[in-house]
Amino acid sequence: MTDEVSFLLNGVPVRVSDQPATRTLLDWLRDDRGLTGTKEGCNEGDCGACTVVVTDADGSRAVNGCILFLPQLNGKAVRTVEGLSGPDGEMHPVQAAMVDHHGSQCGFCTPGIVASLAAAHTNGETAFDDVLAGNLCRCTGYAPIIRAAEAAASEPVPDWMQTDRAAVTALDAAPLPFAPSSSDDLATWYAANPDATLIAGATDVGLWVTKMLRDLAPVAFLGGCADLKTISADAAGLHVGAMVTLADLLPAIAPRHPSFAEMLRRFASTQVRNAATIGGNIANGSPIGDAPPALIALGAELHLRKGDTSRTIPLESFFLDYGKQDRASGEFVEGITIPAQADRLRCYKLSKRFDQDISAVCGCLSVTVENGTVTGAKLAYGGMAGTPKRAANAETVLIGQPWTETTVRDAMAAYGQDFTPLTDMRASAAYRLETAANMLLRYFHEDQGVASNVLEVSA
Amino acid sequence: MSVRKPLPHDAAPLHVTGQARYVDDIPVPANCLHLAFGMSEIAHGRITSMDLDAVRAAPGVVVVVAGGDLDEIPDCSPSAHDEPLLSDGSIHYLGQPLFLVAATSHLAARKAARLAKVEYEELEPILTIGQALAANARFEDGPRIYEKGDIDTALSRATHIVEGRIEMGGQEHFYLEGQAALVLPQEGGDMVVHCSTQHPSEIQHKVAHALHRPMNAVRVEVRRMGGGFGGKESQGNHLAIACAMVADRTGRPAKMRYDRDDDMMITGKRHDFRIDYRAGVDMHGRLTGVEFNQMTRCGWAMDLSLPVADRAMLHADNAYHLPAARITSHRLRTNTQSATAYRGFGGPQGVLGIERVMDHIAHVLGLDPLEVRKANYYAEMGGKPGVNVEEGVAATGAGTAHKISSGTGQATRFGGAHSPEPMEQGQQTTPYHMPVTDFLLTGLTERLAESCDYAGRRTAIAAWNASQPVLKRGIALTPVKFGISFTLTHLNQAGALVHVYQDGSIHLNHGGTEMGQGLFQKVAQVAASRFGVSPEKVKITATDTGKVPNTSATAASSGSDLNGMAAKAACDTIRDRMAAFLAMEHQAEPASVRFVDGQVHVGAEAIPFEEAAARAYAGRVSLSATGFYKTPDIEWDRIAGRGRPFFYFAQGAACSEVVIDTLTGENRILRTDILHDCGSSLNPSLDIGQIEGGFVQGAGWLTTEELVWDDKGRLRTHAPSTYKIPACSDRPRVFNVALWDAPNPAETIYRSKAVGEPPFMLGISVFSALSEAVAACGPNYADLQAPATAEAVLAAVKRARG
Repeated sequence: MTDEVSFLLNGVPVRVSDQPATRTLLDWLRDDRGLTGTKEGCNEGDCGACTVVVTDADGSRAVNGCILFLPQLNGKAVRTVEGLSGPDGEMHPVQAAMVDHHGSQCGFCTPGIVASLAAAHTNGETAFDDVLAGNLCRCTGYAPIIRAAEAAASEPVPDWMQTDRAAVTALDAAPLPFAPSSSDDLATWYAANPDATLIAGATDVGLWVTKMLRDLAPVAFLGGCADLKTISADAAGLHVGAMVTLADLLPAIAPRHPSFAEMLRRFASTQVRNAATIGGNIANGSPIGDAPPALIALGAELHLRKGDTSRTIPLESFFLDYGKQDRASGEFVEGITIPAQADRLRCYKLSKRFDQDISAVCGCLSVTVENGTVTGAKLAYGGMAGTPKRAANAETVLIGQPWTETTVRDAMAAYGQDFTPLTDMRASAAYRLETAANMLLRYFHEDQGVASNVLEVSA
Repeated sequence: MSVRKPLPHDAAPLHVTGQARYVDDIPVPANCLHLAFGMSEIAHGRITSMDLDAVRAAPGVVVVVAGGDLDEIPDCSPSAHDEPLLSDGSIHYLGQPLFLVAATSHLAARKAARLAKVEYEELEPILTIGQALAANARFEDGPRIYEKGDIDTALSRATHIVEGRIEMGGQEHFYLEGQAALVLPQEGGDMVVHCSTQHPSEIQHKVAHALHRPMNAVRVEVRRMGGGFGGKESQGNHLAIACAMVADRTGRPAKMRYDRDDDMMITGKRHDFRIDYRAGVDMHGRLTGVEFNQMTRCGWAMDLSLPVADRAMLHADNAYHLPAARITSHRLRTNTQSATAYRGFGGPQGVLGIERVMDHIAHVLGLDPLEVRKANYYAEMGGKPGVNVEEGVAATGAGTAHKISSGTGQATRFGGAHSPEPMEQGQQTTPYHMPVTDFLLTGLTERLAESCDYAGRRTAIAAWNASQPVLKRGIALTPVKFGISFTLTHLNQAGALVHVYQDGSIHLNHGGTEMGQGLFQKVAQVAASRFGVSPEKVKITATDTGKVPNTSATAASSGSDLNGMAAKAACDTIRDRMAAFLAMEHQAEPASVRFVDGQVHVGAEAIPFEEAAARAYAGRVSLSATGFYKTPDIEWDRIAGRGRPFFYFAQGAACSEVVIDTLTGENRILRTDILHDCGSSLNPSLDIGQIEGGFVQGAGWLTTEELVWDDKGRLRTHAPSTYKIPACSDRPRVFNVALWDAPNPAETIYRSKAVGEPPFMLGISVFSALSEAVAACGPNYADLQAPATAEAVLAAVKRARG
C-alpha cells in the first residue's frame, strides 16, 4: 500500500504524494499545477465554477472540484477545462458553440459550464436545465448557454473525450491505506478507528474542510467499497448499497416511484448527485436531507453494521433527535431496503429556488385508499423538526375515513399537533406549518386529477 | 464597418478554454503573502480586548495588523472618509474587518484569522428602517425632497386616492469571481496593483493615500473582472489597500481574495427600500400627482448611498408624467454592511415604487394595468419614426425564440388612437424639471403588446384562472425609462490611448473596464471602424492607470458611451494625421482620403492600411494619440432637485407571464417577451446578452433572492447555499428578445444607447405578473411585497382572499 494517489490529469498519468488527505482537487490544480482555468466561485459545491469531468470504468461525469479530495481520484481520470480541447488545440464542440452563441460574458463561470456540458455531451444527455442546475451564471440569464448546448448536441463526441475510460483500467493505481475495498474491510477498520471520519462523496464533509477549516484525521475514503455500490431488486423490494450515488439511484427509483425520482432530479445538482451517496444522506442525520422523508414514507429499512454485527431497523427510528442518530460508535450504514409496494408516493420539495436548493419543507406522502376509504397513510417530512418526522396525528385522522376533501382538511388541522417547526433564513415557522399541511391537500388534488404542479404549466 | 456587427465577446475563446486570466490566476512570485481579515462577531459596540497571540503563532503567519497597531488607519471610503480599513475599536456591523493576517498561503491566513480572542462591549444595534427612523440615524441632516407642482392641491382634487407601501429587499451581487487584489512592490516604494475593480483610478487614489505617496507611484491594471454589477465600484478598496500596506511593510508581493462567505459578510449590497406612496388619480386612472416617501438602509458607512438614493428619486416617475410630485428620501444609517452600487444604482427601487402604484391604481379602478400605464406615459417623441433595418435572425433554442429585430417604422406617435391626450402645454417635464424629449415607449409598447399578443393572452388567462382551483396565472407588461449619465456631472468624462504600429496593428486602451459586458469589443469595433479595418487588427489591452489617467468608474451604463467616444477621438486624430500625410504625398485633399475595408484610398490609389501605417511612420508622423470625451448638455443641482442630469433616456418594455401555486406560493416564469431600445446598436449580440442577463438578474432580485439578517445583525444568507440567485431553469421558459433599433436622437457614439443597467428593470414585469396572478385569487388588494418568494406569494394569496 502507498499513500501515492494516481490518476490521469487531462490524459496524462500523474502521481501525487505528500498531500494531506483532505487536499481538494481545486486547490491542487490551481496552486500546485498552475491549472487556473478551473475556478473557485464559492468553495462549497453550490456554484459549479470548479466543475471538472471525472471518468472511471463506469463512465464520465461532472463533479465539483472544490469539494473533491485528491484520494477520491485514485485510479480515475480527470479532465479540467484545459483538457477539453483537442491535442492540437481544436475546441470541443461545446466550447466552439459557447463562442458562437455568446454563452460567456464575464467568463468566470464558463470553465465550469463547459465542463458540465462536455460531460453531458459525452453521455448524450440533453436535459440541459438539469445538466446545468449546479452551474450558476450571473451574467447571461442562461439563454445563450442553452442555445450553445443545443447547437453542440448534434456534434459527435471528440476522440479525445473517449480515451479516458479505457485508459483508467490500465492505470496502475495502488490502493490507499485509508481506502477500504469492501464493507468487510471497512467494518474491521472502522471498529478499530471509531473516531474516524468516513468520506463517501464528500459533498457535505467537503465543507467541513473548506468552510469550517476542520482537521478530519483520521479519515477513510469509501469509494473503493464496490459491494456497497450495488442495487438489486427481488420480491421483497429494492436493495440499495450505502455508496450508491443519488445519480445512480434515480434510474432505479424512476420506474417504481416516479415522484421520488422527480424529487431526486431536483436534489442538489448534477455534480453533487454524481458524488453524493444515499448512505451519506442518511448517516449525516440532517433534518433537511431530502432522501429520508421519501424513504420513510416508503417504509424503508436501514442496514447497519459494526464489526461483524449487522442489524436492520426501520429507517425512521434511526433519527433520534437533532444531531443524534441510533448509530453506535464504529457502526456504519451499509444500505437500505425499500419494500416492494404499489406506488402511492408523492414527493413535494419546497424551496426558495426550484433547482439546487435545500428544502424549506420536503413532504413525502403515501396514502393508500381502498374502496374510497383510507387504509394507510405515511406523511413524512423534512424541515419540520430536528429530524425527519411523520405527521402521526394527521395520519391517524386520515385512516379509516373516506378519502374526501373534508377528511383531508380535518387531517390538515392536526398538523399543529404534529409539528413545531423553526423560523430560519429559508422560511418562517408559520409558512412551514401551513405548506406542510397544504401538501396533503395537493396530494388529494393530484389524486383527483386537478392541476396542481406549476412545472406542468406552459404559456 | 465593424460597428453594428454581432461579433462574439473578444475574450470568448479564452473564456471557454480556461485561458482568460483573472486576478487570482496571475502567477505570483514564490514569496507572495496571502491575506485574510478577522471579522467582528457583533453588529454594534466596542472592542474591549483583542488577543491575537494565537493568530501570530499560527503556521505560516508572517504579519498580523490590527487597527490599534497603526498610527493612522487607512480609509477605504469612496465618499466621506468614514470607512477605516480595520476597526478603530468601534464596531459598526457584524463582519467588519478587525485585523488582517498575512501568511504564506490563502488557507493558512484563513485558518489563522479564526484564532483571535476578541471581547466586546455590545451596544444595541440599529438594524431596521423603523429603528433607524426612530433613532434619527441617517446620512445628511434630513431627508432630501424633490418637488414639482402643487402636490397637496393635486391630491385634494383627485377623484381617487391610492395609497400603500411596498418593501423591497436588497440584493447580493454574487459576481462569480469574488473580490481580489494583488500588489507587487516595485523599486523606490512604487506599487503595481492588479485588482478586480470597476474603478482602477479609485484604487490608485486610495492606495496612494494609504501609503502617503503621490498617485504617480501607483499603477493599477485590470484586464477583466469575473462580474461586477456595481459590487466592484468601491468594494475592492479594502483588499488593494490591505495588500499595499503589507507589501510596503514586507517588501513582498501580497494577494488577497475573499472566500465567498467572507465576501458576502463584508461587502455591501443593493440598498433595500421601503416606499410609501399616495397617488391622486382621475376616473381614467391618470395621475394628478404622487407623493413618495422613500426610505433606504444605507448600512454603516456612506459609501455611494447619496447618489444611489438620488437616483431612486430620479426614477420615481419611470415612464410616467407626474403633473405634480413630492419625492422624499431618507438615507438611513444602520449597523449592517454598507450598501453600495448595484446595477441600476437605486433606479430599480424608484421604478418599482411607481410600477407598484400603477398596479394598485388598476386594481382600485378595475382597469387593465397596461391601460393605466399607457394613460400615464410621457408624450411620445415627435418626428422620425424608427428605421426599419432587419439585422438577420440568430439561432433559436428550444422554446427560446430569439431574434434580433429592429424598429418598426410603424410606431404610433403621440396623438395616435392609443395615446393619452396632452396634459399640459409645451414639453412635459420630470419631477426634477427636465424636459422629456426622446420618449418612445408608446410606440414600443404598442409594438410589443401586439407581437406578444398581450390582450389575447390576458383574456385567455382570465378564463383559465376561472377554471383552476389551485394554480393561477398572471401576465403583465411593464416599461422602463432610464436616465443615462452619472448624476455627479464631472464623472461624465473619459480618455483613450491609441497607437498604430508601423506594421499597421493597432493598440487600443481606454479608461473603461471589462466585467463581461463586452465593452472592450464594442470599443474595438469603434476603433476598427474609424480606421476602416477589421476588428482583429485591434489589440484590446488591459485597463491601466499608467496609460489613461483620472478615469471614472465603469458604471452607470456609461462605458461604451464615454469610452467609445474617447477612442473615436483618439483614432480620428491619428487617422487625420495619416490622411494629411498621404494626401500631401499624393497631392490630394486630406478630406478626400478614405479608410475603408482595410485600404486607405488616396486619390486614385488604394493602399493597404499596413502600408499606409509604414509610410506614415517613415514620414515621421506620430501614430499615437490620446482621445478625450465629456458628455455635453448636462447640468444638475442635486440639492434643489433641478436640472438636466441625463443626456438621454434608454427605454424598453417586457411582458411576462407567470403561474403560481396557491398552496405553497411556488411560481414559475412561463414566458417573457422583451423589446428594448439600444439606439443603433454597436453590437446587437452583446446588447441582447445584456438584456437577457439583466432581465434574469432583475427577476431574481424580485423573486428568489432574499437577504435575511437575524435580530443580532448577522447576515444569515452568506453563501449560495442560502442565497439563491436564478439557476438555469429559472429563466423564462419562452424568452423572446428583440431590439428597437432606431438611432439615438442624442449624439452618442454611432447613435447607440447604453444598455448595462436599463434591462435590469424589465424584471419588474415578473413581479407585476405575480401580482396579477395573486389578484386572481380573491377580491382584495393583495399587496405583494418584494422579493416575491414563494412564502411572500402565499401570504399575498391569503390577503387577496381576505
